[in-house]
Amino acid sequence: MLRPLDAFDWRRKKVEYTYRFKEFRYILRQIKRSPLTIVGIGIIMLFFLTVLFAEWIALYPEDYHAVHMESVFQRPCLDHPFGTDDMGRDIFSRVVMGSRISIMVGCVVVFISFAIGVPLGMIAGYAGGKVSEFIMRVADMFMSIPYLLMALAVAAILGPNLRNAMIAISIPWWPIYARLARAQTLTIKNELYVWSAKAIGASEFRIIFKHLLPNCLAPLIVQSSIQFGQAILTAAALGFIGIGAPPPSPEWGLMVSTGRSYMPDKWWLTFFPGMAIFVTTLGFNLFGDGMRDVLDPRLRR
Amino acid sequence: MDRPIIEINELSTYFFTYEGVVKALERVDLMIWPNEIFGLVGETGCGKSVTALSIMKLIPSPPGKIVSGRILLDGEDLMPKNEKEMFRIRGEKIAMIFQDPMTCLNPVKKIGETMSEVILIHLRVSKKEALNIAAKSLEETEMPDPFFVLKQYPHELSGGMRQRVMIATALSLRPKLLIADEPTTALDVTIQAQILRLLKRLNGTFETSILLITHNLGVVAQLCHRVGVMYAGNIVEVGSVEDIFENPMHPYTLGLISAIPKFDENRERLKGIEGYVPNLINPPMGCRFHPRCRFCMEKCRTLKPPCKHGKKGHTVACHLS
Amino acid sequence: MSSLLNRTAISVENLVVGFRLRGFFLSEPRFLKAVDDISFEIGEGKTLGLVGESGCGKTTTGMAILRLVKAANGRILFRGRDLLTLSETEMKKLRRHLGVVFQDPFSSLNPRMMVEDILEEPFIIHGEDAGGDIRKRVETLLQLVGLSQDHIYRYPHEFSGGQRQRIGIARALALNPSFIVLDEPTSGLDVSVQAQILNLIHDLQERLNLSYLFISHDLSVIKYISYKVAVMYLGKIVEEGPTNEFFRNPCHPYSRALLSAIPTPSIKERKEPMVLEGKVPSIRNPPSGCRFHPRCPEKMERCREEEPKVIPIGPDHRVACFRSRR
Repeated sequence: MLRPLDAFDWRRKKVEYTYRFKEFRYILRQIKRSPLTIVGIGIIMLFFLTVLFAEWIALYPEDYHAVHMESVFQRPCLDHPFGTDDMGRDIFSRVVMGSRISIMVGCVVVFISFAIGVPLGMIAGYAGGKVSEFIMRVADMFMSIPYLLMALAVAAILGPNLRNAMIAISIPWWPIYARLARAQTLTIKNELYVWSAKAIGASEFRIIFKHLLPNCLAPLIVQSSIQFGQAILTAAALGFIGIGAPPPSPEWGLMVSTGRSYMPDKWWLTFFPGMAIFVTTLGFNLFGDGMRDVLDPRLRR
Repeated sequence: MDRPIIEINELSTYFFTYEGVVKALERVDLMIWPNEIFGLVGETGCGKSVTALSIMKLIPSPPGKIVSGRILLDGEDLMPKNEKEMFRIRGEKIAMIFQDPMTCLNPVKKIGETMSEVILIHLRVSKKEALNIAAKSLEETEMPDPFFVLKQYPHELSGGMRQRVMIATALSLRPKLLIADEPTTALDVTIQAQILRLLKRLNGTFETSILLITHNLGVVAQLCHRVGVMYAGNIVEVGSVEDIFENPMHPYTLGLISAIPKFDENRERLKGIEGYVPNLINPPMGCRFHPRCRFCMEKCRTLKPPCKHGKKGHTVACHLS
Repeated sequence: MSSLLNRTAISVENLVVGFRLRGFFLSEPRFLKAVDDISFEIGEGKTLGLVGESGCGKTTTGMAILRLVKAANGRILFRGRDLLTLSETEMKKLRRHLGVVFQDPFSSLNPRMMVEDILEEPFIIHGEDAGGDIRKRVETLLQLVGLSQDHIYRYPHEFSGGQRQRIGIARALALNPSFIVLDEPTSGLDVSVQAQILNLIHDLQERLNLSYLFISHDLSVIKYISYKVAVMYLGKIVEEGPTNEFFRNPCHPYSRALLSAIPTPSIKERKEPMVLEGKVPSIRNPPSGCRFHPRCPEKMERCREEEPKVIPIGPDHRVACFRSRR
């Protein structure tokens, strides 16, 4: 079904982008009304920049693994803004490098839960009846599993590493997306444009992907943002109890855990990674909440 | 009939939005006399609902604002009144009913509770007396079994019954003016006939004036004594119902009347009005209707048409007459 | 509005559409009939106006013809086949001959699709999307409905109600259908715009020899556009006849009440309408016998017990009422 590119397509692209741009500007205006959302966006941008330029920002990038027993437990100072830990490694650099682990966790967990939950939710919403009941009950079952137990079980069977931790977190989380997707689908499937598409003879496939999905996305994106922050937090918790990233990786939760034994004298071992977790999660939460208000179609235009 | 119950002079209401200033009402003049049913007619976006909200001073304050004009209720200017004073006036002197009664009735409260709440705000009576007043009001709106209805929830009633509840609530305090904003648009035709008949009867019995806002010219013809036609925030023609239907002077009024499919005519082409309703942020210069007007002249493009007073209160805002 | 041959475009026979309510505990599952045994025919190039108030089943009828809801019983004869017996694939092939126009204003067009996409979709679905040909056809469609070419790259919310409705009509015409179901196409539009759209619908019928099922609650619009009128009440057709005949001589008490209830925009005809008491009943608890009897000003004993059958009382004029005689 390839169509030859012609002059019209340029025009069309231009219009599409102008529309997107206008929508973007509208969203921007709405965002300006909520200072907290701006704070959230700021934090997230800072986070992404850190991830991108970790090697340049970190003062001692080699401290990912290296051991410098000669400079253990140094207080925060000019050379080591966050101090050093029990192996003499610069905490600032490790926090910065650890951001890459966090972003990976966030992306993987959100991706897996989204990829499982959204299609299932949409199918449940669209099909209704017994199919919907079945899927939702399965979702309920999964959602009742405490993620901690799940993580412990997976760790016991497959080994305690980060990859397994991420899988373990995604499993009880996909139902959240499924519920949301189903609710959205239920709302939209009775819109007249869906009936029109059916009347023309559109296949179910086409209806779901071309008509339902694009109109469902807004709340799903909001949810993903909040889940991103939660994923980082959860991975940190798992790292804290030792079934996430293994030492010596600079995963933030692991760093907090290591520093626990040296509290409260050598507070900087726990404090800075903990703040990193807190601030990043906060950023995603603020952004997600803010976007929820902005994208609410009832407040449109 | 010494003075009008409502007199509006040069009322202008603007909405200040990001995209610009929406001039929803521009120098509107209107008079409603005691005991009459006044129909305010116009299409979407012409400003009739905004007029009603302005009279009640219920315009949401950012972004809207009544920028100029006077609203006289029985001789008293409402503009300088503060919210507390307006609070007393709303319900007691002026009451309003809306198009969709479902959104005005609290779904988790019984009808009796909702109605007596309104009564208790304005009258110093006991709860029991308030319920009695409510039941009496319902009776007056031809509701069968009023005491039973008081114990029901809104979703248990049909659309027509809910609208009766709204009318009963509005009239329970015997206001001088009832504003009805598209009260029958969402109802079936046979139910609409019931409600319209009810409104006519109530106007006769209680001598309440009614400001009936609608886009349905048929309703206006059957019910109203006087009619005002609005277009894009201006009043373009006012007159008695006979004047408007038998001798319409403004081209817009003419256009509206000829656009309606009628029973007595045989199937010929309907005459629509060309063009679209203008954007009120940048309305056309001069007469706001001129881009769509068949009789547009040079001066219509630049000069605002003056209000010409014809005989017996028939006013037109047009350069033609 | 005449066709050369008096052929039938579509014929509906004994259509029943309903749904099953689950019974609670010991009570029987009930079957609610939204449409209860209705029959009518529409001639080629002609319009049948289907009229009734909310809950009468007119929209359901339209949906059943398009197989958007499942009919429980009956036959729908179109182009020599019974639509209710076809498989999905066979039905899809026939869908190009059927069109639908829904009520606007906001939800009949996908807000995230440009006009171009909306109008191309029918071609893509039916596999006719070879290269630049579609572009031409889309342009023709836009011309047909009175929209200009630069409207192609806009989104629905940028248009007014009347323009969106034109887009909906263009979409319905994409594959050259012979029959279109129009479900309240002008409700919700301003009077002046309604006139434009009705004129358009009328013109298209003449140009393209289309047959219409025009569903509306507004009798004045129906009078303008239909050659035959059918009145529905609570799932049944209570009266059906040629438009002129119907408006001159409505026989069923409900038809008369309906006509009388419409406020006419004319001073000369200021009348006391025949107002029906009571509220519109729901299909959950249909009255016994003649469904209209609780509100009928002319009811008799018999009306409570028996359901009247549809009997002809004039050329092409049928009524379901005990009071009418042949």
